[in-house]
Amino acid sequence: MEKQYKIQVLGTDQIFFCSQNESVLESMKYSGKGPIYRGCFGGGCGICKMKIVKGDYRIIKRMSHAHISEDEKKDNIVLVCCVEPRSDLIISKIKQEPHTSQ
Amino acid sequence: MALNGVLRPGLIQLKVLDLDQSLKHYTDVLGLNEVCRTSDGRVCLKGYDEFDHHSVVLRSAEEAGFDLAAFKVDSEETLDRLEVKTKAFGYKVEHISANTDQPGFGRRISFTICTGHTIQLYCEVEPAEQKPETMNPNIWTEPPRGMRCQRFDHMLLYGPNVAEAERFFTEVLGLYVPEICNTPDGKRFATWLTGSNKPHDIAFVEYAQPGKIHHVGFLLQDWNDIGNAADWMARYRIKRDIGPTRHAITRGQTIYFWDPSGNRNEVYAGGYTAYPDHPQRYWDVAEVGRGLFYYEGELIPSFLEIVT
Repeated sequence: MEKQYKIQVLGTDQIFFCSQNESVLESMKYSGKGPIYRGCFGGGCGICKMKIVKGDYRIIKRMSHAHISEDEKKDNIVLVCCVEPRSDLIISKIKQEPHTSQ
Repeated sequence: MALNGVLRPGLIQLKVLDLDQSLKHYTDVLGLNEVCRTSDGRVCLKGYDEFDHHSVVLRSAEEAGFDLAAFKVDSEETLDRLEVKTKAFGYKVEHISANTDQPGFGRRISFTICTGHTIQLYCEVEPAEQKPETMNPNIWTEPPRGMRCQRFDHMLLYGPNVAEAERFFTEVLGLYVPEICNTPDGKRFATWLTGSNKPHDIAFVEYAQPGKIHHVGFLLQDWNDIGNAADWMARYRIKRDIGPTRHAITRGQTIYFWDPSGNRNEVYAGGYTAYPDHPQRYWDVAEVGRGLFYYEGELIPSFLEIVT
């Protein structure tokens, strides 16, 4: 069984587990916990933009610059479909423009 | 009535975040064939059942999404006539010389429509090397690979003011509109347009941000091939949005899934035969979920939220 890291959503009691070989979005979706349940899983659509408040992680895919700037990346703001955990993590939602149709 | 004027969407160029990964997806999995590389590193691809030089171009970029789409028209006269009409409609037209950024393509006119999308028109394109047989033809020469996508079929674009986009495509380019969807106040929410017998060549959904793409659609032979495509998605853990299912709008059988950059793809089979003299089909926005996902009977949130 692969090592499972504990992922906590800041400001909530939501906790789910993610192995080091799956993206945080994948485990969030399958666990049914956490604020985001869907996305393109490719780093392109931007809907899974979150902040890694605490913990170590690896960026496994390129993230669209339309959604993540270099400054944001330095600030641990990422697309969680492109991130695998390397330790327990605390993640948080961030305010962003709504992505919905009219 | 013989097909004339604007014939079909013949070219789409997409931005991808990882060119190598994307190339594997579109060739090994979808079954498109690599045709050539441009000097600036773009990859040109085509469906095995297409005659023209190439139809899909992948450009490595810092963002995913839509670069441009081009429609083939039937003659130089049509191309000149449509340039005049496009300018009269109010769009600025640029000229692109033959065989420049798209190898094998003749001269193009290029303009940006109100939804923020770059649309181009051309009348000449070189034949591909790998193309369907024409002399006592086999149905294919080499067995189709992967999902067996036959051709670049259509696209669904998202952007503001789709009512004007529809007006442009009908009044200027001469397409007609087999199906529409309005909000309760009578405003156009979505529109499906065609220049042929296909139920759609291009479609638009009203969206605040300009220049976005919901999906690029590829044609499959039948429902059996839709099942084969689903087998490939499962085997190779490709991220699937919805399907196998069926649209009531166009009646196409479908699966939506994503390429490695998050650009949505569709494999599509069937669809009804459209005619310009047929009555238009109408959808209330409250029913459009069932229209899009006939078996599920409801809209899924990703349809309105996930675009590139």
